Amino acid sequence: MKFAVIVFPGSNCDLDAYHLVQDILNEPVEYIRHDTDSIGDADLVIIPGGFSYGDYLRSGAIARFSRIMPAVTEFAQSGGLVLGICNGFQVLTEAGLLPGALIRNRHLQFRCGQVYLRVENNSTPFTFTATRSDILKIPIAHGDGSYYVPPEKLQEIEDNGQVLFRYVNSSGEVTDEANPNGSINNIAGVCNKSGNVAGLMPHPERAGERILGSEDGLVIFKSVINYFGKKGVGAGD
Amino acid sequence: MTENSWRQLGLTDSEYEKIVNQMGREPNLVELNMYSVMWSEHCSYKHSRSSLRLFPTDGPRVVQGPGENAGVVDIGDGWAAVFKIESHNHPSAVEPYQGAATGVGGILRDIFTMGARPVAFLNSLRFGNLEDARGRYLFDGVVAGIGGYGNCVGIPTVAGEIYFEPCYQGNPLVNAMCVGVMPLERLVLGKASGEGNLLLLVGARTGRDGIHGVTFASEELSEASEERRPAVQVGDPFMGKLLLEATLETIEKNLVAGVQDLGGAGLTCALTETASRAGSGVEIDLEKVPLREEGMHPFEILTSESQERMLLIVEPDKLEAVEEVFKRWELKPAVLGRVTGDGMVVAKYRGEEVVRVPAASVAGGSPLYEPEAKEPEYYARLSRFDPSSLLVSDDYGDILLKLLSAPDIASKEWVWRRYDYMVRTCTVQGPGGDSAVIRLRETGKGLAMTVDGNGRYCYLDPYLGGMLAVAEATRNLSCTGAEPVGITDCLNFGNPEKPGIFWQFRRCVEGMAEACRVLEAPVVGGNVSFYNEVEGEAIYPTPVVGAVGLLEDYKKQGAAFFSSEEDIICLLGSDQISLGGSQYLKTMHSKTAGKPANIDLLFEKRLQVMLRRLISENLINSAHDLSDGGLAVALAECCMPGNYGAEIELELQKDPVNELFGEGPSRVLLSVSANLYGEVENLCSEAALPLQKLGKTGGQALIINSGDDIIIKLTLSEMSKAYKEVFTCIME
Repeated sequence: MKFAVIVFPGSNCDLDAYHLVQDILNEPVEYIRHDTDSIGDADLVIIPGGFSYGDYLRSGAIARFSRIMPAVTEFAQSGGLVLGICNGFQVLTEAGLLPGALIRNRHLQFRCGQVYLRVENNSTPFTFTATRSDILKIPIAHGDGSYYVPPEKLQEIEDNGQVLFRYVNSSGEVTDEANPNGSINNIAGVCNKSGNVAGLMPHPERAGERILGSEDGLVIFKSVINYFGKKGVGAGD
Repeated sequence: MTENSWRQLGLTDSEYEKIVNQMGREPNLVELNMYSVMWSEHCSYKHSRSSLRLFPTDGPRVVQGPGENAGVVDIGDGWAAVFKIESHNHPSAVEPYQGAATGVGGILRDIFTMGARPVAFLNSLRFGNLEDARGRYLFDGVVAGIGGYGNCVGIPTVAGEIYFEPCYQGNPLVNAMCVGVMPLERLVLGKASGEGNLLLLVGARTGRDGIHGVTFASEELSEASEERRPAVQVGDPFMGKLLLEATLETIEKNLVAGVQDLGGAGLTCALTETASRAGSGVEIDLEKVPLREEGMHPFEILTSESQERMLLIVEPDKLEAVEEVFKRWELKPAVLGRVTGDGMVVAKYRGEEVVRVPAASVAGGSPLYEPEAKEPEYYARLSRFDPSSLLVSDDYGDILLKLLSAPDIASKEWVWRRYDYMVRTCTVQGPGGDSAVIRLRETGKGLAMTVDGNGRYCYLDPYLGGMLAVAEATRNLSCTGAEPVGITDCLNFGNPEKPGIFWQFRRCVEGMAEACRVLEAPVVGGNVSFYNEVEGEAIYPTPVVGAVGLLEDYKKQGAAFFSSEEDIICLLGSDQISLGGSQYLKTMHSKTAGKPANIDLLFEKRLQVMLRRLISENLINSAHDLSDGGLAVALAECCMPGNYGAEIELELQKDPVNELFGEGPSRVLLSVSANLYGEVENLCSEAALPLQKLGKTGGQALIINSGDDIIIKLTLSEMSKAYKEVFTCIME
């Protein structure tokens, strides 16, 4: 399975995603620059974290207009797998590939640290080796991570099972204290209706080795690899 | 020129005379401005240079010592560590967010200018009282600024220290350190060599911000300092990130002959220093400098401190390739001129020559002062203070809780959770321990790093305080198992023209130099910040030591905290402790007085060698340096992170407060698996290092017994509450 990591000016977690795929998952991976117009033969496109274009204007707002984005959109619309992490999640919402928006953390501060996520839907390519209500310890690092959708849209994505991860405490309960940024319904990650495009504010690529504090992020990448392997041998999606 | 012209620019009459002598004529106004910024204390080190010579700067690993943009140390396998610390105190005092942010941006450029990939930021901060609204504003703004820049450029901020004292009320200290790594052969120096080579300016446009920032940094603060706000620059971390990537790419591709970042004193500094280091000259056209605003005078163009700019020295046939790289990062270098061979810096503007100055004179011709040093009156008086004269409470548990919630000691998580300390996924030990550890993917080694300084100790005894700062920093490295490879220092003091202040400075430097020599930690770079005074009141003498150590295998790093039940807890090292200058005196009695405990540097060295051996041979489970708050605080700090209690047996004699809360160097708290304790004991006894068994880990409380009495019993949650909630309470 081939991974691609998009690099915008100001991306800075591109390296982390790249090394996780190459060193821990032992899968082929390449960087794709923002100023090209093809994603090549990638099977999964990762839009990494960072501060694309300095987060000036609004996080992700400028990156969505970059030259590579039409190719990403086309790939997504034809069923290709796209994962946006942190700033990548912001870019995908700005591009309209994912519902909702990420606004300033409610306490107005940048926040870095480990949080707990509960898997809400394990039938997507990004979560299907996890068990529903699995609790994952994965770090966050963001200033604009408060997820918001209008009420009617919220109902829709909840009903569709588009909420992939929710912030919870270590026992798996959805509480206000466990919500690090004020996200509506404690939502940490969502997918599109067909499940092939996903985004989350926490950084699973930083949770791939015990020495870094957690290996819980691997389940997302392993899900994708498993999913792809099965699809590849005709197990259907 | 009239007297007013140079005096207004901060030059003395005799300095002006010297300029005229060195130039062989009177300078014009543009030239005078260039001399003024370069001969400021900040750039010329005219009051400190003679003392700085005391530092040992050589060692088997030193590749580049002081004098370049950053120090370079060989860390094996063909790799080098590059690091430097620098102050941004004055800008942060008037505009905390931008002051701190540009401090981070500036030190970042110093590292990648050398060709190194920056991998970590550290910082050392001092503020006044947080009960005061301005104190909180400065603290919050500085923390936000450090995070704002560091998070955006994607370099983790992994360690730091923060202290609060009334003496920093109007003059906070913001010292930022950056560490980078690179293959040794990639090292680039800031030299304008090769006659005919081109001078390229790249990055942000030049504006009127930060004009005479260095002169501002070289005077005392006062009411009028608020008017200096325009001397503070504004940071653009996105531009910083683009410059970082593009510059490193040109260096990797071997396209540049020299690189210099534009920091204090802007273009003037970059041109005169690169020419003077290479013994060459430069000639530029000021009209080629891309400007942010119209109507800038040549002297403004030459002294602007607009951030995120780099000067590159490029062979003409490589120009196209360099432009290609920068274009990929959406940047366009401007060719300003070329390298000449006559030792002169020449600038033209609208066809006329407006500057012709000797590079070596501007960059290195400033006078060298040997200020008078005189022991200040307070020194002997405070030394005589006897802490045993104080009335003391015997509710030791209450004292411990008060110390744990003192802002100097309390958990700084409120601060470091605002910094991205994990980006690059190489932080294998983050903030909160004795040192941070960054792994090197390429070689499997680890770099430990820390910043340490104690203004109270240095105030009470500058010579001893200087030694203690170096000893503590290197001990913190050794607590992770890392061997110190070099240090960088930031020397924050008051006005050196006052004999009492210069005495503090001189004695601190002497003490640091002695400790560096014995502990084999060469000084490879640093920064001096004088004139940290408000309305004539100086800060405590505050040398800050940034230290970097090498771990042969990052997976073998030592932990700082208890990590299992039934481990034996023991105290390795000296029994020399004192309440003089301690956190106990400060917190419980609002006093900074007495004598800190002395240090035996050879003993310290043996202790550190032993620590590294115990860690590399896997004989201990944790090692934590005893520092502020002494033994009791160190025990609590070891218990809380992993949620392991401890039961301790002490034989407290006549001075329990001193034994529990007294501070002293060369002391480390260890936890050891019971089956390995005998081996640890043997090794320590062979090395003539005292090892005192204190008790065992386990339970959900810290219990300290003396004989049959329980003298402290606090649950982990009681301690954690005191330790962790302080800043949230004060700041939110």
